[in-house]
Amino acid sequence: MSLLTINAPLARRILVGFLQDEIWKVGAKKAILGLSGGIDSALVCHLAAEALGPENVYAICMPYKSSNPESEAHARLVAEASGVHYNVIEITPMVDAYFEGFPDADPMRRGNKMARERMTILFDHSALQGALVLGTSNKTELLLGYGTLYGDMASALNPIGDLYKTQVWQLSEEVGVARPVIDKQPSADLWAGQTDEQELGFSYREVDQLLYRMVDQRATAEELQQAGFSADFINTVYGKVQNSHFKRRLPVIAKLSNRTIDRDFRYSRDWGK
Amino acid sequence: MRDLNAALVQLKPKLGRVADNLDLIREQVERAIEQQADLAVLPELALTGYFLKDLVPEVALSLDSPELTTLRELSRRISIAVGFVEVTTDFQFYNSAAWFEAGELRHLHRKVYLPTYGLFDEQRYLGRGDRFRAFDTCFGRVGLLVCEDMWHLSAPYLLAMDGATTLVCLSSSPGRGVEQGQLGTAAAWRNLTTATARFLTCRVLYVNRVGYEDGVGFWGGSHAVAPSGEIVVSAPEFDASMTLARLNAADLRRERIASPLVRDESLCVTQLELERIHRERSR
Repeated sequence: MSLLTINAPLARRILVGFLQDEIWKVGAKKAILGLSGGIDSALVCHLAAEALGPENVYAICMPYKSSNPESEAHARLVAEASGVHYNVIEITPMVDAYFEGFPDADPMRRGNKMARERMTILFDHSALQGALVLGTSNKTELLLGYGTLYGDMASALNPIGDLYKTQVWQLSEEVGVARPVIDKQPSADLWAGQTDEQELGFSYREVDQLLYRMVDQRATAEELQQAGFSADFINTVYGKVQNSHFKRRLPVIAKLSNRTIDRDFRYSRDWGK
Repeated sequence: MRDLNAALVQLKPKLGRVADNLDLIREQVERAIEQQADLAVLPELALTGYFLKDLVPEVALSLDSPELTTLRELSRRISIAVGFVEVTTDFQFYNSAAWFEAGELRHLHRKVYLPTYGLFDEQRYLGRGDRFRAFDTCFGRVGLLVCEDMWHLSAPYLLAMDGATTLVCLSSSPGRGVEQGQLGTAAAWRNLTTATARFLTCRVLYVNRVGYEDGVGFWGGSHAVAPSGEIVVSAPEFDASMTLARLNAADLRRERIASPLVRDESLCVTQLELERIHRERSR
C-alpha cells in the first residue's frame, strides 16, 4: 500500500460535511464551480452534489477555441452523472478581443488570461445565483504553484486542496467519477495534446511521493535521497514550492500601525459564523 | 457514592457568538434534564468556539457574568461542566472549565497545557493555568481537564492522586489523519482515554465538539470509559448529538478491588524522584 493511500469513505464524509457546514453557516445554500472536463473539478462537482443536493450546484464549462472538444464532452458527462445544473460559456470572444491588442503574447500570458476570464465568469455567476465559488486546485498543484493566481486558484472554499493528485484519483473512484475522466492524462488544456506531466517534467505519482515525504513527513534531503529520489529532482521540487509560495499567501501589506491586517489583526475567516 | 447519569453534549458552537451559544447550551441542558441526566458535560470553549485568535478579549466572561450566572442557576437542576474564556479582574484570559452544581460554582479549572504547535496557537492568546485539583461533587470526587491537559501524563495522575475517581475532559479536537481505518485523531484519543482510565482505575468522560472552523473539522466521538478501560458508550463522529452514559458506583468499587493500582502507588517515591530530577535539571 502506498504512503498516500487514504481512507476514501472517511475523507468523503469529512469533505461533504465541510461543504455543508461552511456553506450553510454563511446563509448560502448553493455552490458554483468551473467544470473543465478534468478529474479535479469532476471530484468537486460530485462532492458538492452530495453535500448540497445537485439542484443547488451550478457547473459551468468555459472552453476556449483551442480547448480539446473531448474536455467539454467529459464535463457534460460529469454534470449528467452528478445531476447538477450545467451551462457552457465560451471565453473565446473575450480572450481574443483582448489579445488583438497584444498579438505577440506568449502561451503563458494567454493561459493566465483564460484562467482569469473564467474566474470573472464564476464570480459573476456567484452573484447571480447566490452561490459560493468552489475551488478545484489539489495539494500537488498548490504546492508546485501550478495554477494561475487570481485565476483557477481563486475561490471561496476548496474541498480538495489538502489532497494530492494521487489521492484525488483514489477519492474519485470512491465517489463514482466517470471512468474516462479518471483514466485520461491530466491536462491544463491550453492547447491540443498538452499534458501536465509533460509540462512539469515528472509524473504526478512520482512527485506526490516526494511531496508527501518532504511536506507531510518533513523528511530531510538526506532521507529523501536514501528513499531513492535524485538530488536534482529534490532541488527542482523544493524550488518550485519555495518560489510559488507567494501564490499561497495574501498580498504583502507594508506595516505602519500596531494592528496590521493578518499580522497582528488576526481573526478566523469564520468569525461570527 | 451515587450512580451517575451523564449527558455527553456534543454540540457545534458558533465562532465568537456567546449569546447564540448560551441559548444552544441551555436548550441542550434542558434536554438532558428531561432525559433524567444528573450531569451535562459540554465541550471545551462551548460558549465561544475554538479558533478565536484576537476575539479572545471580546468573548471572555467573568465568573459573575450574566451568562455564567444563568448556567450556575440552571445547575440547581443538573450538574454542568462547561468550557469558556474566562477574564479575571486583572484582565488575564484563560481557557477555563467550570463545574456548576446545586446553584454554585463548585470548581474552576484553567487549562494548564496550551498547545502552541502545528495548527494550535493557544499560548499566544491565553494565559496558562497553574494547578490540577480534584474536588467533591455529588457523584464522588472529580478531576476536570481541558483537552491538551489530558496528553500530559502528570495531569490525570495528579487528579487521581488527589482522590478523583472520575476524570472529565472537555475537548475541541480538530480531526486529522485519514490514512487508516479510523480517523487518526480519534484513534489517538481513544487510546489515551482508555489507557488513562485503566492506569488510574478512574472513569473517564470525554466530550468533544463538532462543526468546522476555517476548514478544520472537529470530530465529535465523545465517549465514556469504565475504570476497566472499556469504552461503555460513544457518540457519533462529526454529528451533533447528546449521548447518555450510565456510570455505576459498583463498577468502580469492583475495579478498584480487582486492580488496586491507586492504593499501591507510592507518592513518596514519585515525589522524591521528581525532586531529584528537578534538582539535577536546574543545575
